[in-house]
Amino acid sequence: MRGIAKSYPGVRALDGVDFDVRAGEVHALVGENGAGKSTLMKILAGAVAPDAGEIDVEGKRVAIASPRDAEKLRIAIIYQEFNLVPGLDVAANVLLGHEPVRTGVLDYPALYARAGAVFDRLAVSVPLRSEVRLLSVAQQQMVEIAKALSLDARVIVMDEPSASLTPDEVAKLFDVIRTLTRAGVAVVYISHRMEEIFTIADRITVLRDGKLVETGDAKSYDVATVIRLMVGRPLDAHFPPPAKYNAPDAVARPRLAVRDLSLPGRIDNVSFEVAPGEIFGLAGLVGSGRTSLLRAICGADIPTSGSVALDGSVLTIHGPHDAIAAGLALVTEDRKAQGLVLGMTIRENVTLPHLDRFEHYLVVDKREETDAVAKLSADLRIRTPSLEQLARNLSGGNQQKVVLAKWLLEQSRVICFDEPTRGIDVGAKAEIYELMNRLAAQGTAIVMASSELPEVLGMSTRIGVMRGGRIVHVFTREEATQESIIGYASGATAA
Amino acid sequence: MTAGRRKALFRLGIFLIGMTVLLLALDHWTHGAFLRPFNVSNVLKQIAVYAVLAVGQTLVIITAGIDLSVGSLIALTGVLMAGFMAGQASDALGLLIAVGVGVGVGGLAGVVNGWPVIKFNLPPFITTLAMMLMARGLAFLYSGGRPIEINNAAFNAIGGGTIFPALGKLIGLPGIPVPVIVMLGVVVAGHFLLTQTRFGRYVYAIGGNEEAARLSGINVGGVKLGVYIICGALAGLASLLLAGRLSTGIPQSGQGYELQSIAAVVVGGTSLMGGRGSIVGTFVGALLIGVLNNLMNLLNVQSYAQEVVLGAVILIAVLLDELRKRYFAPG
Repeated sequence: MRGIAKSYPGVRALDGVDFDVRAGEVHALVGENGAGKSTLMKILAGAVAPDAGEIDVEGKRVAIASPRDAEKLRIAIIYQEFNLVPGLDVAANVLLGHEPVRTGVLDYPALYARAGAVFDRLAVSVPLRSEVRLLSVAQQQMVEIAKALSLDARVIVMDEPSASLTPDEVAKLFDVIRTLTRAGVAVVYISHRMEEIFTIADRITVLRDGKLVETGDAKSYDVATVIRLMVGRPLDAHFPPPAKYNAPDAVARPRLAVRDLSLPGRIDNVSFEVAPGEIFGLAGLVGSGRTSLLRAICGADIPTSGSVALDGSVLTIHGPHDAIAAGLALVTEDRKAQGLVLGMTIRENVTLPHLDRFEHYLVVDKREETDAVAKLSADLRIRTPSLEQLARNLSGGNQQKVVLAKWLLEQSRVICFDEPTRGIDVGAKAEIYELMNRLAAQGTAIVMASSELPEVLGMSTRIGVMRGGRIVHVFTREEATQESIIGYASGATAA
Repeated sequence: MTAGRRKALFRLGIFLIGMTVLLLALDHWTHGAFLRPFNVSNVLKQIAVYAVLAVGQTLVIITAGIDLSVGSLIALTGVLMAGFMAGQASDALGLLIAVGVGVGVGGLAGVVNGWPVIKFNLPPFITTLAMMLMARGLAFLYSGGRPIEINNAAFNAIGGGTIFPALGKLIGLPGIPVPVIVMLGVVVAGHFLLTQTRFGRYVYAIGGNEEAARLSGINVGGVKLGVYIICGALAGLASLLLAGRLSTGIPQSGQGYELQSIAAVVVGGTSLMGGRGSIVGTFVGALLIGVLNNLMNLLNVQSYAQEVVLGAVILIAVLLDELRKRYFAPG
C-alpha cells in the first residue's frame, strides 16, 4: 500500500501512508486511538474507499472497491466485532457463502469435512455442530480465523484480537498465528498491548494522526521507544485554564466517593474519590472498563458489590432513576444510541429526565418547557433555528450540547462524561471544555473518561488509569505524561 | 410560531376543501346514497368499534410493540359481560358489573400481555399471539360456543342507542348514535394522553430510543405495561359497543379486528418501528377504511373483491406516506 490518503469531513484520517506486509511475517500496526490503523485496514479490506493511493498484491496493481474484491484477492480481515451468524453452527459459519452443494442441495457431509479440515490446519478443536452464539469469545475468534483460512487467505488482518481474551487464550491465539505464518500467510496484527506486540511481531509500523511515523524490525525497538513514537504529539494549548472552586466549608468532604465497586467481568473493586470542583480523568485502553465504571456509578448497570456515596451519604441505586434523583448524571459515549431520542425535538429531549417539573395537573406545560430550554440553549450556544428541530437533524457538536442540556436543567452534583468530545468539531470541543470548567467552578464533581490523552491531560485535576477493570494508578495533573499514562494502560509499567 | 400556525391552518383548510369535494363526488357516484344521514350514522357506528381498538393499538405500536389479542378480547369480554349481566336485579347494576368485567378483564389481559415483555424481554408479538389464542378459547369455553343474549336495555343502548334527539332531528335521524359519542370521547382522551401528558411523552421516548429513555430515568417497564393495559381495557370497551349493538355476546365476534386496528394505525401514519405516530392519524385511518368498506357495499362490489381492494389501499396508503416523508419532509 502506497500513499494511502483518506479524509472524512473535518478529519484527515490518513495522510499518504505506506504500508507493506510480507508472506510469513506478523506485522504489528500500532498507534493511539484515532491514529488511522482501522481506516487503513478497512481500505485494504475494501470496506472503505481511499481518496488516493495504490495497492499492489504480489507485485500486481489491484483495485479493491468492495469486500468481495478483497475476498477474491484472498485478503481477510477479522474485526473486533465478529461477523458471524450466531444461530448457525460453526461449520456453516466457516463456509458461509461457499457451502458445498451437490445437485442443488447442501452437502452436509462435505460441509463438516471441509470445516473440520480447516480447524485441523489450525491445530485447534472447536465443536463443529455447536451454534456460534454458545461459544466463548476465544472460540468465536477461531471460527473467524477458520473462515479466513477456508478462503485460502494470503493476508489476514486482526484488529485488536486479544481485547477480550484471557492470557491463556492469547497464548493459544499466538500458536495459531505462528501456524499461519509458517504456512506463508501474512498477518497484520493491530493492538495496543505492548507485551503482545513484542512477543508476536516481526515488524512494527507506528501510525500517528493519520501519518506513518516509522516501520522497522521489532527487534530494533523497545517498549519505551514505541510508546514515544505513538504519542509524540504536541499537547495542544487550546484547553481553557481550569477555574478554581472555593469550597465554602473548610473541610471539603469528597463529593463522590466510590468504594470497592465491582461488576464481574467488567470492573473489579474500584475505589476513588472526587472532591467538589474536581475533574477526575479516566484514561485507559478500549475495553479497560472506563465506560462500565461510569455506567455502574450512575445506575445504568447495577454493580454487584461496593458503594457509591454522594456528599458522605451512601446511595441506594436500583436504576438510572435513583441516580438522577440523587444528582448523578451520565453523559454517555454514544449520544445517538443512548443519549438522544433522535426522532424527538430538542425541547423534548432536554426535558426528558425532568419532565415532572413541567407537569401541572397531568398536563405538561410546553411553554414552560420552551422557556427553560431556550435559556439553556442560549447558554450552551446550541445552533438551531428552533427548539422544535428534531435531534436527528443537528450536527454532532449540537447534539452533544443537547445531551449536556438534559443534565444541566437540574443542578447535578456529579456529572460523568464518557468521551465528551468524540466526533465533534474543534469549536464545539472548546465550548464543551469551557462548560466543564464552569461546572467544576460551581462545585460540581466531574468524572471524565476519554481516549484522547491530550484531553485527559489538559482537563483533569487528577487522572486514574484503568486496565483490566481496575484503576491501576492515579496521577496528579502535574505528574502525568502521555508516555506514563500509556505505560500503565498498556501494562508496560507494572502497577 | 405564528407563521407555523398559519401554515397549519392553511393546510387544514386545503384538507377540508379537498375532503368536501371528494365526499360530494363520492355521493354523486353512489347516486346520493353515501351522504344520506342514515348511511353516515351507520358508517360511524361501524367505525366506532375499530377506532376505539385502534386508539389502544396506536399507543402500543408507538412503543414499538404490537397487540394481536384485541380481536379475541372482544369475544372474551363480550361473552363474559353477557353472562355476568344475565339475571341481575336491575339494568343499572347489570350495566355497572358489565363495564367492570369488560374493562377489567381487558386490562388484566393487558397485564398478562405486557408483563413477560417487560420482565423477560419477550417479543410482544409472541405474548399477544398467545393471548389471542387463549382469549378466543376461553370465550368459547365460557359460552359453550353459543351466543349469549343480552336483555339489559341500558347496556344495549350504549352500543345501539342514540342520544341528543333534538340534534338528530335537524338531520332527520332519531339522534346521535351513542357509540359515535363514545368513540369521539376515546379519540379525544387518547390524543390528550399522547400529546399533553408526561405518560404520552414517555411513550414516544421509549419507542424512539428505549435505552436513552431508560438512562433518562424513565420507568420504561411501567410505561410499557401501562400501554398494554390501556389497549386491553379499550378492547373491553370496544366489545361493549359491539355486544350492545347486537344485544348479544358472541364467542366468534371480533375475528380479524386486531388486523383491522393495526391497518388503521399504519394507514394513519404511525410507524411500526415505534417512536412516531398520532391518534388523529389513526382516527383518519379508521375513517378511511370504514368509508371504503361502506362505499364498496353501496357500489355492490362483490365481498371477496372488497378484501382485495382494501388490502391494496392499505399498501398504497402506507407507500404514499413513506414517499411523502422521503421527498417532502424537512431534513
